[in-house]
Amino acid sequence: MPTLTIDGQEITVEANTTVLQACEELGVEIPRFCYHDRLSIAGNCRMCLVEMEKSPKPIASCAMPVGEGMVIHTNSPVAEKARKGAMEFLLINHPLDCPICDQGGECDLQDQAVAYGRGGSRFDEHKRAVKDKYLGPLIATTMTRCIHCTRCIRFATEIAGVEELGATYRGEETEIGTYIEAALTSELSGNLVDVCPVGALTNQAYAFSARPWELRKTESVDVHDAVGSNIRIDCRGAEVMRILPRLHEDINEEWLSDRSRYAVDGLALQRLDQPYVRVDGKLKPASWEAAFAAIRARLDGMGAARGERIAAIAGDMADVESMLALKELFTALGSANLDCRQDGAKIGGKHRGGYLFNSTIAGIEDADALLLVGCNPRWEATMINARIRKRWLAGGFPIGVIGGVAGAGDELTYNYDYLGDGPAALADIADGSHHFTATLAAAERPMIVLGSGALARDDGAALLDLARRIAQDTGMISADWNGFNVLHRAASRVGGLDLGFLPGESGRDVAGILDGAGKGEIDLVWLLGADEIEMAALGQAFVVYQGHHGDAGAHRADVILPGAAYTEKDATWVNTEGRAQIGRRAAFPPGDAREDWAILRAFSAVVEQPLPYDNLQQLRQHMVTEVPSAGAIDVIAAADMGDFGVAGKVGAEPFASPVDDYYLANAICRASAVMAECSRLYTGTGGAGQAAGTTSADG
Amino acid sequence: MGFMRNSARSLLLWEIVEGMALTFSYMFRKRVTVNYPYEKGPISPRFRGEHALRRYPNGEERCIACKLCEAICPAQAITIEAEPRDDGSRRTTRYDIDMTKCIYCGYCEEACPVDAIVEGPNFEFATETREELFYDKNRLLANGERWEREIAANIAADAPYR
Repeated sequence: MPTLTIDGQEITVEANTTVLQACEELGVEIPRFCYHDRLSIAGNCRMCLVEMEKSPKPIASCAMPVGEGMVIHTNSPVAEKARKGAMEFLLINHPLDCPICDQGGECDLQDQAVAYGRGGSRFDEHKRAVKDKYLGPLIATTMTRCIHCTRCIRFATEIAGVEELGATYRGEETEIGTYIEAALTSELSGNLVDVCPVGALTNQAYAFSARPWELRKTESVDVHDAVGSNIRIDCRGAEVMRILPRLHEDINEEWLSDRSRYAVDGLALQRLDQPYVRVDGKLKPASWEAAFAAIRARLDGMGAARGERIAAIAGDMADVESMLALKELFTALGSANLDCRQDGAKIGGKHRGGYLFNSTIAGIEDADALLLVGCNPRWEATMINARIRKRWLAGGFPIGVIGGVAGAGDELTYNYDYLGDGPAALADIADGSHHFTATLAAAERPMIVLGSGALARDDGAALLDLARRIAQDTGMISADWNGFNVLHRAASRVGGLDLGFLPGESGRDVAGILDGAGKGEIDLVWLLGADEIEMAALGQAFVVYQGHHGDAGAHRADVILPGAAYTEKDATWVNTEGRAQIGRRAAFPPGDAREDWAILRAFSAVVEQPLPYDNLQQLRQHMVTEVPSAGAIDVIAAADMGDFGVAGKVGAEPFASPVDDYYLANAICRASAVMAECSRLYTGTGGAGQAAGTTSADG
Repeated sequence: MGFMRNSARSLLLWEIVEGMALTFSYMFRKRVTVNYPYEKGPISPRFRGEHALRRYPNGEERCIACKLCEAICPAQAITIEAEPRDDGSRRTTRYDIDMTKCIYCGYCEEACPVDAIVEGPNFEFATETREELFYDKNRLLANGERWEREIAANIAADAPYR
C-alpha cells in the first residue's frame, strides 16, 4: 500500500493502481482521451501528463504505477505546459468542423481543448484528410476527426470480442479501420460510439438529427431482453431521438446491446394510436367507448360459463403493473386462464429460485466454471454474454456448452467446450458419466445456465429437474453461492411469474388457450402485447389486442386497444436476476393511446368490476402488497430453492436456438428500419443461423 | 421700470417675435429631416434588421444545421430540424424564425460559424397579419437572395473590426 503525495495531499492506495486512478480517488481531475477504466491501458494520447518530482520529464499518469513516496503535481507549470503541447499536437490534424459534427456539445476533445488547450492555433500547414471507413449500418465514420486513442480497437478486442478493428500505417499516416472493408460483426458495436472521445465514430441512425442540449434526458430501463439494462432515453419534444446506456455496475456496466440502442426508430413507426374495432372483417377506427362496448357485448353474450370461455396472454414487454391489473380483471371476471409464458416455458411456481438467474450478473465474475444449456447468451442476453467474456478473460474459467449454438465453432465471444447438442449430454453430466461433471464438482463456485429455449420444449420440466439435480450434486448451491440460473429472454417474464400471471385452478396455459380457441371452447382472448404466439391457432375466438405496435397480434385482433411502449409509461419490470427496476416515462403515448394499467382500469368499470385503484400510486401500493419482490427496487433477495422441475424422460432432439433473428425479436424491432437493415446484413433472410457470429475471427 | 419693460414685451408679443426669428433662422441651416419613404437615412453596416439566410456564390446554401443560433437565441425564436441530405451533408429540413418573438439582438449572426444567418439592412417588413411574420426557410433564403449585395458589402465593411 504505497503512499504518495498529489498536489500536496497524501493518499494511500492499492499497490497496482496507476497515478491517474490515485488522482481520481482524491477527486483531482486529469484530462485523458485514450484511458478508459474498463479497457486496457494504451498510454498513447499523452493528455494525462503530470509532473513527478525527481523525474526529468512529465509522466503519463494513466500508465505509471504508483510508488512509495511519489510526489505528483497536476497543476504545476510543467504539467500545464505538457498538456497544452499534447493538445496542440492532437489538434494539428483534427478538423475544426465542430458545427457539422454530431459529437459537438458532448465531445471530450472540445471540452478539454477549452479547459486545457491554448487559445489559438499556430499551425498553418495542411491538415491531413482520411477516407471514411465503412463499419456497418449502425456507425457513421468521419475518420479525419480520429485522434488515434485506440479506444475503439481495445473495446472491440477486449469487451466485444471481435478482433476486427485495428490501426494500419504509422505516425501521421495512421488509420483506424477493419483492414478489409466489412461491417463489424458485433452486437455491441453501438458502444464504439460511446467510447470514441471525438466525432470520428457517431451514431448513424441519429445522424444530424439533434444536439445534446436540446434533449430531455430520462433515466429508464431497457425491455428488449430480460437483462434490464439501465438506459437513458433522450427525447426532443415527443420524439425519442436516441437511447444511451446508463451506468449500473451490477447489470450492464456502461454498455448496451445494439438492439436496445438502435431500435428507437421503431417506436415512431407502426404505432397503434387509436382504438379499432373489426367491422365486417375490416378494422375500423373507433372511440374508446365503442371499443369497450364491443368487448362488453361479447362478454355479456357468454352467459354463466363466462370465466371458462375467456383467457389472457401477456407479452414479452409487459410491465408488472399492467399484468397485475389484467390478472385481477380476469380474476374478477371469474377466469383462471392466464399465462405470461408466450413460448410455453415449463417454469413458475412457488420456488422463486427455480426461474431466476440466481448467481446474479455481477456474480458471474466470482464463478469458476460454467455450463450453458440450450442457450446462446450472445443473442439472448448480450450484456450477460459480455460479462461471461469478462470473466473468461480473467482466466481459470472452463465453459461447457450443450446446444443452443451451431456447434463447436466460435459463435460465442469466448472459447468453450462443446459437450453435445441435446439433452443426452445433460443427462450424462447429471449421472456423473461425463467428464465435465468433474470440472463442475472441482470448482468452488460453478454455474449452470439453463436457456429459455430449453424450457419451452415439451420436456422442459424434465430438463429443469435435470439441471437442478446437477446444481445440487455438483455443489453449486451453498450458503453464499447459488449457481443455478435460468436465462430469460423476455423482460416481462420474471415479473409475470412473481405475480402469478399463470393458469389458476383448472386454468389453461398458452397451449391450452390456443387449443381451446381453435376448438371453440375459448371465446375471447385478451392479448397484452403478445405477438409471438401462433395467431392462426386462435381460430374463431374474439381477440382483444392491447399493445403499442401494429404487429402480428394487432393484425389478428377484433378490437385493438392502443397502449404505451416502454418509453411512454412509468412502470416496473423485473429482470432475469429477479431485480425489480422502474422505467420512467420519457414521452407521452401517441394519439389516443393510454398507459396499459389505465386502459384495464377503465375497462373494469365498463364491466362493473372496478379495480381498486384510481392512480399509479394506489396501484403501486397494491402491487407491493401483492408482489413484494416487485416493490423492492434494485434489490436482489436470495431466492428460495426447492424441488422444482418434474423428473421425467428427456427427449433426444437437439437444443435449438430460440432466437431466430436477434434484430427482429419483438414488435418494436420489427417496426424499425435500422433493425431491418441489420437483419438483412447480418442474418440474411432471418433464418435460424446467426451468420454474424460465425464470421467472427475471435476465439 | 421693470413694470414698463414687461408691459412692452407683452404688448409687442416680443417672445413670439424671438421664437419666429429662431424658426426663420432654420431656413438657412442644413436640413435634418428626410422625406421618408422617398428618402432614407444612412444605416450602419452593423444594422440588425430583417433576417436572411445566405448562399455561397455557387448557389449552395451556407447553413449547416449546427443549431448554434437556435441555442443562443434568448427569445427562442428559432426552430431548426435537420437530417442528412442525399449527398450525406448536414442540412436543415426546417429553419423557422418567429419574427414576433425576435428581439433583434443579433446573437444568431454572432453565433453562426458560416455567416449563413444574418440580420440584413432591411427594416421595412411590416405585415398586415401576424402569421406573415412566421418566417420559414424559403422566405429566409429568398431574403438572402434579394439582399445578398448589401449584406455582403456590410460584412466586408465590418470585417476589419472582427
